[in-house]
Amino acid sequence: MDALVVERLRKVYSSGFDALKGVDLRVEEGDFFGLLGPNGAGKSTLIGIVTSLVNKTGGCVRVFGQDLDRAPEAVKAALGVVPQEFNFNLFLPVAEVVANQAGYFGISRRKAKARTEFLLKKLDLWERRRSEMRDLSGGMKRRLMIARALVHRPRLLILDEPTAGVDIEIRRSMWEYMRELNAEGTTIILTTHYLEEAESLCRNIALIDHGRIEAVADTRALLAGLDAETFVLNLAKPLGQVPRVDGFELTALDATTLEAHVRRGRSLTALFAGLGRHGVEVVSMRNKQNRLEQLVMEMVARGRGAATARAA
Amino acid sequence: MSGQHSEGVRRWYRYWITFSTLLHKEVMRFSRIWVQTILPSAITTTLYFVIFGRLIGDRIGAMDGFAYVDFIVPGLVLMAVITNAYSNVVSSFYSSKFSRYVEELLVSPAPPWVILAGYVVGGVARGVTVGIVVMLVAMLFTDVTPYNLMVTLLVFLLTAVLFALGGFINAVFANSFDDISIVPTFVLAPMTYLGGVFYSIELLPTFWQWVSMLNPVLYMVNAFRYGLLGTTDIPLFTAFIIINGFIIVFALISLWLLRSGVGIKR
Repeated sequence: MDALVVERLRKVYSSGFDALKGVDLRVEEGDFFGLLGPNGAGKSTLIGIVTSLVNKTGGCVRVFGQDLDRAPEAVKAALGVVPQEFNFNLFLPVAEVVANQAGYFGISRRKAKARTEFLLKKLDLWERRRSEMRDLSGGMKRRLMIARALVHRPRLLILDEPTAGVDIEIRRSMWEYMRELNAEGTTIILTTHYLEEAESLCRNIALIDHGRIEAVADTRALLAGLDAETFVLNLAKPLGQVPRVDGFELTALDATTLEAHVRRGRSLTALFAGLGRHGVEVVSMRNKQNRLEQLVMEMVARGRGAATARAA
Repeated sequence: MSGQHSEGVRRWYRYWITFSTLLHKEVMRFSRIWVQTILPSAITTTLYFVIFGRLIGDRIGAMDGFAYVDFIVPGLVLMAVITNAYSNVVSSFYSSKFSRYVEELLVSPAPPWVILAGYVVGGVARGVTVGIVVMLVAMLFTDVTPYNLMVTLLVFLLTAVLFALGGFINAVFANSFDDISIVPTFVLAPMTYLGGVFYSIELLPTFWQWVSMLNPVLYMVNAFRYGLLGTTDIPLFTAFIIINGFIIVFALISLWLLRSGVGIKR
């Protein structure tokens, strides 16, 4: 069964801004799905419509086969959402925020208390359960939003930039928890600016730009579509001049650092062999850009080129 | 059939939990800050009784056959109910919009009428609490006992409901904290003061009596005065028709606003 089906979804804001121009999207049950795109692409509008925070202009949304217009209660009961921006009552204690949310979903106070305790412990917030929201750090607030979204045990969890502003250690532990949830059967849709996060977590990815879905594919297939990758090579000794190696574009970043642009299908062994012939020894190497980031940048550049052409 | 029945029962149980969660949150909200929410009305009313009752009241003499201090009791109690029921809902719902935690409710399966009921009953709870406090203060200065308890309680509750709904509509359309104080200051206060709280409209010239009839607060104050003292400028039936009419209209507007998302959703 599909967890989410979006058909011909349109949103025109009262300002006239055409945020979604007929989006079609399908997310299978059990998937860990990434929704990527630059700022203003339409990600948050799409999520807002699915979660009933934004009114759509046209199209339809179905969650586990239930139509949002015809069965809003069933759709909402199946959804959990972690929004991009903090949306708390700053004067409420942490535990009350989570327990109240359970209450809004019709969960009895006794069950709500038990689930609140479980989630706050799981997300390392139990010690702060009596603290008011305004006393929490940014990372704690992010984790609290996850606890709040999970308290009614949603079948589909939508995470809109869930790890923004969270330090690396906590981000990694949040990733682990998301993987665990997904393994237990929760379908997850993730939007993130940390493309490394999407590459690491998501099995399938949709790229959205200018209110249109530009590509949907499994993450590995999408990455395989990359035309080229850029590597940064740290050299053992300073260079006199940039060597010429056939089939590779090389640029000196400084005396001991080279940047190599490697087209798809070209072997790195050939690059190292070519450098070796010029007496250049590479001591370490890193991928300059996250691969997915590169793909998104290419997609955005292509999309903007097409938009310019359309306008012309 | 029994499956459908039990699903229906479960659904109503969920609605009840949602409603009680929202009501509990609202009651905790005004109880936590009782110095700001309950005490001011008690102090203001005490001052009214001291000034208009004791100091000036004796010079005014009787009104509709009652000592002036007794005559103003219903109006002062109702004024406190109106102000508090209204301001509780307008400030609570607008704050939830401003800080965006109204989204907690919008993403939940709670139907609009349950959300509205939670906020309105929260406002009624504050209005009634403050009304009781003011009534207790009044008992220190007067010997008023209800003439008709049923009418007294009914008008007390219906007025709180009506103004809680008014506060909700104001909050939905408000775009700033200024917007939630404009209506209480420039609409509610004049309507209340000119709604027969301190005088009988029979004292006014005919034209101003007719103008006063356009003020819905006049009907509430007079119906409540009938409940407490047994005297009124307005037929009781007309007063109930007017109060209930406004409640129905305001409730329908509020539900439409919640359902359509006007002023709430993007």
